[in-house]
Amino acid sequence: MQTRQHIARTTAKHAAVAVMMFGFGFAMVPLYDIFCEVTGLNGKIQESVVQTPMEVDTSRNIKVQLVSANNAQMPWRFMALQNEVELHPGQWKQVGFWVSNVTETDMVSQSVPSITPARAAQYVQKSECFCFQQQALKAGESKQMNLVFTISPDLPDDIHTVSMVYTLFDATAFADPQQVVTAAN
Amino acid sequence: MTSVATSQEDHGHHGPAKGLMRWVLTTNHKDIGTMYLWFSFTMLLIGGTMALIIRAELFEPGMQLIEPEFFNQMTTMHGLIMVFGAIMPAFVGLANWLVPMMVGAPDMALPRMNNLSFWILPFAFGMLLLTLFSEAGAPNFGWTFYAPLSTTYAPSSVTFFIFGVHLMGISSIMGAINIIATILNLRAPGMTLMKMPLFVWTWLITAYLLIAVMPVLAGVVTMMLMDIHFGTSFFNAAGGGDPVLFQHVFWFFGHPEVYIMILPAFGIVSQIIPTFARKPLFGYASMVYATSSIAFLSFIVWAHHMFTVGLPLATELFFMYATMLIAIPTGVKVFNWVSTMFRGSMTFETPMLFAVAFVVLFTIGGFSGLMLAIAPADFQYHDTYFVVAHFHYVLVPGALFAIIAGVYYWLPKWCGNYYNESLGKWHFWMSFIGVNVTFFPMHFIGLAGMPRRIPDYALQFADFNAVASVGAFIFGLSQLLFLYIVINAIRNGKQATAEVWENPEGLEWTLPSPAPYHSFSQPPEVK
Repeated sequence: MQTRQHIARTTAKHAAVAVMMFGFGFAMVPLYDIFCEVTGLNGKIQESVVQTPMEVDTSRNIKVQLVSANNAQMPWRFMALQNEVELHPGQWKQVGFWVSNVTETDMVSQSVPSITPARAAQYVQKSECFCFQQQALKAGESKQMNLVFTISPDLPDDIHTVSMVYTLFDATAFADPQQVVTAAN
Repeated sequence: MTSVATSQEDHGHHGPAKGLMRWVLTTNHKDIGTMYLWFSFTMLLIGGTMALIIRAELFEPGMQLIEPEFFNQMTTMHGLIMVFGAIMPAFVGLANWLVPMMVGAPDMALPRMNNLSFWILPFAFGMLLLTLFSEAGAPNFGWTFYAPLSTTYAPSSVTFFIFGVHLMGISSIMGAINIIATILNLRAPGMTLMKMPLFVWTWLITAYLLIAVMPVLAGVVTMMLMDIHFGTSFFNAAGGGDPVLFQHVFWFFGHPEVYIMILPAFGIVSQIIPTFARKPLFGYASMVYATSSIAFLSFIVWAHHMFTVGLPLATELFFMYATMLIAIPTGVKVFNWVSTMFRGSMTFETPMLFAVAFVVLFTIGGFSGLMLAIAPADFQYHDTYFVVAHFHYVLVPGALFAIIAGVYYWLPKWCGNYYNESLGKWHFWMSFIGVNVTFFPMHFIGLAGMPRRIPDYALQFADFNAVASVGAFIFGLSQLLFLYIVINAIRNGKQATAEVWENPEGLEWTLPSPAPYHSFSQPPEVK
């Protein structure tokens, strides 16, 4: 009888481990986001910061390249109004992107940012970004979307150029009514 | 050892039931082991046929035989079937046959679950294979099924693939729990953990890897299912997800999976080499610790499959060094096998030939793995035929050769008859030559820059591809000889003795050949 009980106990314990590991697979999703946020990896800055005046490091100029890209299934026109801007670390800068819904249906978009080199990502701060929310456009509508950002003076000396890429995705299927910013305002 | 032993004794005097239902209803570990082995051999032939279709298309540049879409289905299905249908079930089959006999148990701890874990498999793979005949075609996104290829851009048959993976995952987890329960609870008195044969040890560790990572695989395909059908966005950037997350979750499963496919092979080879070197295994304890270290390290190296996705420098370095660390316990094992053979009275029967070839060729695969572990160099090798050469060296002359060696080694114990030794040697040499002619040139075309998973290629790769294709057909066809040898041994082989070999070590050799349907109803005494 004892052996049978031992087997039952072993089985139950290990089945529990298997169930836990199934949960762990899903736990990797938030863990991944937390890891990226803490380390600033992936250029995923989703948090808006309050625009505070910083000590401006006038001794150097950082070249910021602005790149717009469309995800494969996104028919909108999307472009940066300036391809490149220069700023001193600590200086706040506003740049604009032009976006136009050339289709005949109302759509919602989501931009996903990416910063290169990756280790510059943690020094980029944004007080305003169209990427913080989904952006909606009616059929045929256009608008300018703004980005206000700075690069912290702590940026390592060997980085002279930072590329900020925004990829526009069709998020109509994922439209969140509380998050959508429409062209009307 | 009371209730299990006595309940077995009740019907210990009669043999297997008659007819087809014997195989459907059986709870006997030997029957189930046999079914696993035949199932995996069938899958080997199906997956091998797909490999030959791939190699036939790649025999010369240009598109000859098949459409690129079908080519993609072939590479995907070949990988899935070989990994989940051929290699893994073969090891579970060997474990079913051998673990109870090696630890002196009457059967597996959970015989009915054992039946279920086997019978799930034909349905899982039946479902996967039937997608080939669907309008959408079979899965075509590679066996690693990276999102968004496997979500946004997948053929509609992907749902069958997902359920197939769920089923085989459930089967593997149940099989693993069964093996753990058997090893931990049903060992004969005196069979302490550190007296267990290495095959049992490596399987115990493999079973732990299985219950740790197969649920993660089930999780990742569940996320795909939800992305495809229920509007979530785990891997869809538009909805706030991230395709790179897929790769992290997948390889968190995928890397331990690689060791799931090789640790039992280490165990088999560690059983065979001492028998034919006529010396006890060198460094038994260090073998156990090395296997455990490899299993532990397998959890912290997954991102070496992802060096080119844009990881930060510190992460690349961590995964590079952690990966290289695996070379140490693996080196210990190779050292121990070589030391076991050193100054032994070696003879080269077929199992030994395959085992020695395993040691040599697996080491080549290990070294190319070390080259791939170097993060800066991996940017050059990534997704080339060099990677294909690497993992085929560890899986074909690695895992598969060990399985074949194990079948030759224990076949006389299973069916009671010797196989034909000279045909066995023919099989070995044809396989050995075939495997090297197939995969060695892939190192060169990979270093020269030929990408993997393409149906057509630039002219400069033509010669080596032709050579590889010839090798593939030699290797593939020689497995039919293997089939003949096994059937011939079962039908009309020479009667084997109980010991089969000269003074082999282990409890399974104390049983008569063929091993009786019910063995060790009374636990044996282990000194």
